[in-house]
Amino acid sequence: MSAWFARQTLASKQAVWAWIFLALPIVYFTAVRFWPAVDAFSLSLSRWNLVGPRHFVGLANYERLAADPVFWQVLGNTFEYLALGLPISLGLAFVVAYQLDRVRMGQGFLRALYFLPHLTTATAMAWVWRWFYQPAPVGLFNGWLSMFGIAQQPFLRSTVQALPAVLVPAIWAALGFQVVIFLAGLKAIPRSYYEAAEIDGAGWWQTLREITLPLLLPSFVFLFITTSIGLLRIFDLVYNITAGGEGGPLNATKPLVLAIYQNAFGRMDMGYASAQTVVLFVILLAVSLLQMRLLRTR
Amino acid sequence: MKIARPGRIIGFTLLALGGIVMIMPLLFMLVTSLKTNSEVYELHVLPREPTLENYIEILTRSRFARWFVVSFAVATLSTVSVVFFDSLIGYTLAKFRFRGRGIVFVAILSTLMIPTEMLVIPWYVMAKSMGWLDSIWGIMFPGMMTGFGVFLMRQFFAGVPDELIDAARIDGLGEFEIFWKVALPLVTPALSALAIFAFLGNWTAFLWPLIVTTSPNIYTVPVGLASLSGEFQTDWEMIMTGSSIATIPTLLVFLLLQRNIINGITLSGLKG
Repeated sequence: MSAWFARQTLASKQAVWAWIFLALPIVYFTAVRFWPAVDAFSLSLSRWNLVGPRHFVGLANYERLAADPVFWQVLGNTFEYLALGLPISLGLAFVVAYQLDRVRMGQGFLRALYFLPHLTTATAMAWVWRWFYQPAPVGLFNGWLSMFGIAQQPFLRSTVQALPAVLVPAIWAALGFQVVIFLAGLKAIPRSYYEAAEIDGAGWWQTLREITLPLLLPSFVFLFITTSIGLLRIFDLVYNITAGGEGGPLNATKPLVLAIYQNAFGRMDMGYASAQTVVLFVILLAVSLLQMRLLRTR
Repeated sequence: MKIARPGRIIGFTLLALGGIVMIMPLLFMLVTSLKTNSEVYELHVLPREPTLENYIEILTRSRFARWFVVSFAVATLSTVSVVFFDSLIGYTLAKFRFRGRGIVFVAILSTLMIPTEMLVIPWYVMAKSMGWLDSIWGIMFPGMMTGFGVFLMRQFFAGVPDELIDAARIDGLGEFEIFWKVALPLVTPALSALAIFAFLGNWTAFLWPLIVTTSPNIYTVPVGLASLSGEFQTDWEMIMTGSSIATIPTLLVFLLLQRNIINGITLSGLKG
């Protein structure tokens, strides 16, 4: 073996070493990523309660999905999180980063204040916000409302208010990340551009529109995609903030991933849950393809 | 000298107020964890007599200390594995020339497109048949190597000059030694960023640990915290204490490694 190895050229020696280094990773990625992904597709074509035999049922699970009002409600909720959360969080993050970029004193400290919530555990923060939303005298928000003589609000107990009430902490927790990305993008814009604009007599609005926003486009595209994916996969926060009645009143806050979790590990309906994961996969894939398209046209 | 315009002053004030609003939930959580039960429902913010009683009670009455150890073990072991393997793979893909390199890279990169949610059911089936449920390995095994880390490390190793590696070969170093002693020390910023991401990611992970554990003896902190709804139903000061215990380590990590974290996010954001 060693004699054989010594006779090899440098190039083929390198190839041998490369495959030695990659052997375990290839086994790992095959066993823990690719095979399970294939299995998820195959499960989505089966009926299985985890203990009995797996039955092949063709597209029956997908037909069930199409006829299931709860699935459509859940899908609607998921896109409501996206439609409300994406513009609000990116808008807020841009305004904060833009102002932060102009601050000369204490910028690092202020940035830290905005960033800290991003590092927290969603489970812990769900408890904090759930506490805030409780009725008076427990809940902070209702306590404040009553101080000003304003009517008490049901928040998480209302079919209308529950979803926005869950969304607020989600936006709060993600904001720091978005601010850091925007801020890095803003800092990468050469100062000379702004100076040139000032000499040319460009106003604040014109500078923002002609220089800042176009040059910040890569940051926008990146955050557009990561934020969308994060909102479409929302789970930890919803599960915990509505714990005990997961998904809110009448499923008002239930996103797709929570429905998947309940179908798989509550009802042991593995095939049906897998079909829902395939739907999620297709949605996320579409978002990723959009990213590639946006990056290519840039 | 420029005089600050009123617009800037208003902007700064709003920014500072916003910053206070941002950390308010964290402050309320920490402050409440120091209050006695009778004080929780009073509207004044600071506890009259701050006490650590809640911490002592939660650590003795519940299995919180145990969950902490499990979380710490899972996060540490996973981080070591991710940092080692992702850099070895990234290095191999960046610095070795061999047939099939492109395919391996694209294959690993494509795993980024597969959402965890799609894999948890097959993982559960796998863990069940292998007897990995309710074990540290069961919690850890899906996160031993990551496509993201491979991508990040490959980018950084690509910046290591080939001449250095060739010189090490001429000096008679083995291939693994070259990786370990020559290349790896040159990418420490990326390594620390990857380690921080891996640790925080595992520390806060919820969906998979929730699925793979059923015994409270092997819960991670987030899963244990979620289970508190039954045990301390309306004792908000206890719940806030548990939430604080879950949050304080990440806040400490941030205070110690703020620069690395911000740089790491920026690097991966700009390269990603």
